[in-house]
Amino acid sequence: MPPEGVPPFELVVVGASWGGLQALRWLLEGLTDDFPTPLVVAQHRSSDSSDVMVRVLQSHSPLAITEASDKDAIEPGHVYIAPPDYHLLVEPGSLALSTEGFVHHSRPSIDVAFESAADAYADRLVGVILTGANTDGSAGLKRIRDEGGVTVVQDPATAARPEMPSAAMAAVKGAKVLPLRKIAPFLVEICR
Amino acid sequence: MALRIERSALLGPSGFEPVKRNDLENLEIDLVLEGIYQQYGFDFRDYARGSIKRRLWRRAYAEGLESISGLQERVLHDQDTMNRLLEDLSINVTSMFRDPEFYLAIRQKVVPLLRTYPFIRIWNAGCSTGEETLSLAILLREEGLIDRTKIYATDINENVLDLAKQGVFPLDKMRDYTENYIAAGGKTAFSEYYTANGQGARFNESLTENIIFAQHNLASDRSFNEFQMIVCRNVMIYFDRSLQERVHGLFYSSLGMSGVLALGRKESIKFTRHASAYEEIDVNEKLYKRVR
Ligand SMILES: C[S@@+](CC[C@H](N)C(=O)[O-])C[C@H]1O[C@@H](n2cnc3c(N)ncnc32)[C@H](O)[C@@H]1O
Repeated sequence: MPPEGVPPFELVVVGASWGGLQALRWLLEGLTDDFPTPLVVAQHRSSDSSDVMVRVLQSHSPLAITEASDKDAIEPGHVYIAPPDYHLLVEPGSLALSTEGFVHHSRPSIDVAFESAADAYADRLVGVILTGANTDGSAGLKRIRDEGGVTVVQDPATAARPEMPSAAMAAVKGAKVLPLRKIAPFLVEICR
Repeated sequence: MALRIERSALLGPSGFEPVKRNDLENLEIDLVLEGIYQQYGFDFRDYARGSIKRRLWRRAYAEGLESISGLQERVLHDQDTMNRLLEDLSINVTSMFRDPEFYLAIRQKVVPLLRTYPFIRIWNAGCSTGEETLSLAILLREEGLIDRTKIYATDINENVLDLAKQGVFPLDKMRDYTENYIAAGGKTAFSEYYTANGQGARFNESLTENIIFAQHNLASDRSFNEFQMIVCRNVMIYFDRSLQERVHGLFYSSLGMSGVLALGRKESIKFTRHASAYEEIDVNEKLYKRVR
């Protein structure tokens, strides 16, 4: 446990796919501007999607939402969205991009973001898997668990598509499974 | 990053603290990269860690190895393994008219600048298999500038340069490339630039006449000319901050006054100490003009 006054977690990583925009909206709406932990979001998106996603999410959140640029510093009060057509990798304190091939047919891939985040932050990390119709993110979430981080999965029954959260639950026994509307309150509780 | 041995790894038995697994892994990565540099001269020591770690593990698994140290042993003794690792370490993904808005911005905001020169030298650094270079050549041809332009297209990886020189690309990509080309402000039918044959789409030699493909390592080689424009996209994202800084120094000293620096969509010069030497030409498309 970190010393008194220091927030217990340094980063929350969120992975979402099919139906993710709506789910992310809900999640971010539940976080007030004093939420102490930065968030990194890997949402599957098409290569030509514009900044609509950032604008939509920003209109529902007091946190500063940006599309990640290479070497951005990770700062509290910020939500960093993986840009289309790049993998997002988390390094200690900053972000990096890559155009290596698709992973799980996706770029950005949730596994790439989660695995690098687990390497960088170990037990100071929270991983959240939301709705989706594939299995990306399971390996990454497992890695977060193995490094001692906290793992959260959206209850598949509350997901637009249950496959991705179901796969994550199967891969990570003991992950905290929560209905969508309870995820933000849970993050607030553990991150303070 | 220079070779760095964690203090805890050096403590004697009395003060022994086991090295954390991650630190140990980082130490192994430092060691293999240092070994590769000393044995083969390829300097990956200052590449971005997250990505290099993924690539090293990918090669280790592919070789049936279970640790980075195991990979080190194999790589240092076996040139073939090294060659395979080199392929893994250089990520060559590219396409023609990738980010059409970028080319549109060049047409609208950079071409007028280039027109003012009697002779134009462009450096396309990290050109991979040449799709980007060819896109630039097509654009310059349509703007009537190609005959007074020389494009120096360089990459660390000789295999991709060999492919680039052939100028033959998969036919099944042409549909996407045509769409990109149109979105990029293309002025004719894209298919006029290539002929389809058994191997793929062969681009007209008249396009490649003014291109020189050559090997150049941004991490260790020097400047070799003065340019009116440098295009280096999605290459420096694989470098850490210190290497990015060095390469920005290299570009700065290779650009003439009013020369244009073009970076990838998600890159920025804001982190480098050379930032103040540039003015933004287009914020979104990461086009900068050297002003001091
Ligand atoms: C992802 S590709 C980018 C291709 C193209 N510029 C684009 O944006 O589509 C990155 C290229 O950088 C090259 N590269 C990596 N390290 C390099 C170095 N130290 N010097 C020169 N080229 C390098 C790789 O070989 C690869 O071809």
